[in-house]
Amino acid sequence: MKKFLLFALMTLVPLFAHAHEVTCGGDEANPTPCTIAPINPQDIVSLQNGAKLYLSYCAGCHSMKYLRYERMSTDLKIDPALVKQYMMFTTDKIGNPIDAKVPKEDQAKWFGNAPPDLTLEARLRSPDWIYTYLQAFYPDDKRPWGVNNHVFKDVGMPYVLAPLEAELGPDDFKESVGDIVNFMNYASEPNRLERQHIGVYVLLFLALLMIPVYLLNKEYWKDVS
Amino acid sequence: MNKLFKDFMGWVDVRFPLTETFEYHMSKYYAPKNFNFWYFFGVLSMVVLVNQLVTGIWLTMSYNPSSEGAFDSVMYIMNDVEYGWLLRYMHSTGASAFFIVVYLHMFRGLIYGSYRKPRELVWLIGMGIYLCLMAEGFFGYLLPWGNMSYWGAQVILNLVSAIPWVGDFLVTWVRGDYNISGITLNRFFALHVVAIPLVLVALVFMHIVALHQVGSNNPDGVEIKKKKGPDGIPLDGVPFHPYYTVHDLVGIVVFLAVFCIIMFFFPDGGGYFLEQPNFEPANGLKTPPDITPVWYYTPFYAMLRAVPNKLGGVVVMGASIAIMFVLPWLDRSPVKSIRYKGWMSKVWIGIFVVSFVILGYLGTVPPNDTRTLVARVLTTLYFLFFIGMPVYTAIERTKPVPDRVTGGSH
Repeated sequence: MKKFLLFALMTLVPLFAHAHEVTCGGDEANPTPCTIAPINPQDIVSLQNGAKLYLSYCAGCHSMKYLRYERMSTDLKIDPALVKQYMMFTTDKIGNPIDAKVPKEDQAKWFGNAPPDLTLEARLRSPDWIYTYLQAFYPDDKRPWGVNNHVFKDVGMPYVLAPLEAELGPDDFKESVGDIVNFMNYASEPNRLERQHIGVYVLLFLALLMIPVYLLNKEYWKDVS
Repeated sequence: MNKLFKDFMGWVDVRFPLTETFEYHMSKYYAPKNFNFWYFFGVLSMVVLVNQLVTGIWLTMSYNPSSEGAFDSVMYIMNDVEYGWLLRYMHSTGASAFFIVVYLHMFRGLIYGSYRKPRELVWLIGMGIYLCLMAEGFFGYLLPWGNMSYWGAQVILNLVSAIPWVGDFLVTWVRGDYNISGITLNRFFALHVVAIPLVLVALVFMHIVALHQVGSNNPDGVEIKKKKGPDGIPLDGVPFHPYYTVHDLVGIVVFLAVFCIIMFFFPDGGGYFLEQPNFEPANGLKTPPDITPVWYYTPFYAMLRAVPNKLGGVVVMGASIAIMFVLPWLDRSPVKSIRYKGWMSKVWIGIFVVSFVILGYLGTVPPNDTRTLVARVLTTLYFLFFIGMPVYTAIERTKPVPDRVTGGSH
């Protein structure tokens, strides 16, 4: 048994060397610490609220082109009729991907850069990064939109969530931002829950398979001295 | 039924040496009975190779090798193809797993002297496999067309330009363009899915043919063929089939469990198996903050950076791999296995492993003065392990080797 444990450990060795990123932007002298995002892929209410907020506040400019409305509707248990009525402005086919409402070319003219697609943002940066970033806007008269960001210096994005913050107050706003990030985390890998679910069964199968395999080995080797 | 089967096998055997081949390589191939934990990694390399080939074929069915379509097609595989995410994670986790098991397999050969006479060709063919694997990994890493794919390939291909006179010409020729582009992607795709796998499979076949010609080494480094019974069968040998087939099954199931834990629950491998910057498409105008190769190349990358001169770095990096080829001729010890070698060999193998692992770490982080200094010391130690080998293996006092293998019940 000892050798199997060692075997398992050896296979994991390279993982331990990884140094996690603990700061979310800022400069070297004055780094912005990351705030841990409240991610819960099982919390369907939070995901639905996040989807609603994302499509109201973010999807005007940021596409989510690797996620389809239909997929989102199925996974997050949102009635397709509601998706069609309140969420789909760019297409009438629910099988289409989530596109930005404003064409990329126009946006490139207005903001200098076209806003990036955000399907994979949670895996490219991290949920914590997005969560910190969305709450790190501050007034700055030198910038064209009157705001700057502690995490992403001189960011081209205006403070889109300002009206939401004004409407909800600080506590509820924080929770809503958490929902948006939770939704973006879902979108970055819609198969995450299925993957973990299947994984458990595969491991159970392997554990069962181990029994005959182990006994077979023991049976054959018992007469080797 | 039995008679029918016998008749059928007889019919085949007249036309194709099926029974003969099975006996030669499996049921009458006598392997030492004292294989230990380290001897799992050969068969595990085969398991991972098959995994890479099979998942690779299915990935190819949905992948689009063009600069416009590559990234999107990988996302299509991830989100739209039925179980496409599973195929892709099996392939990406398999790539790292391949290097883990191959490094451990090579380490086994190193400590038990499996490269020594008469197994020099087994080692050399194995080194050929290792080179193919590095090429395969390098070409394959560009295919998802993520930003790290792009910049990683850019940096590594640019190393060729350090070659005097023809360097720049060569880089352009290999890339097929003045930058990494769709043309480069297309040729890397061809090399990754056709050329290198063909060579790889052929070399693996030769590796096993060469091994079965000379017979397997074992943790004691004793030649079991020297002590045969009256029936001509080595006294310390057991038929590979069924003894090691059932034994390897145990190792395979344990390995699959570890593999599946990573693949199903940590497919990013902590940012090492799938790197964060690769979640955005290749962008020639946006350099990632730190360009680092995938973890399995980082020891060599650290050695490259340890040398202040670019050409010098490339030469050192090439030499660090090339020197492994001549290992069979550097070891002058009268014994094969670390069990009977003297303290100097043991210390040097320890130094070698520590150097390789720390260099691997240094290759993943941005350099600074301290790190560069450490990398230089470790690079020197890495080479001294090989260069000093003819001396320390010849002068050290070894322990007596037993006539027969020790241990062996599983």
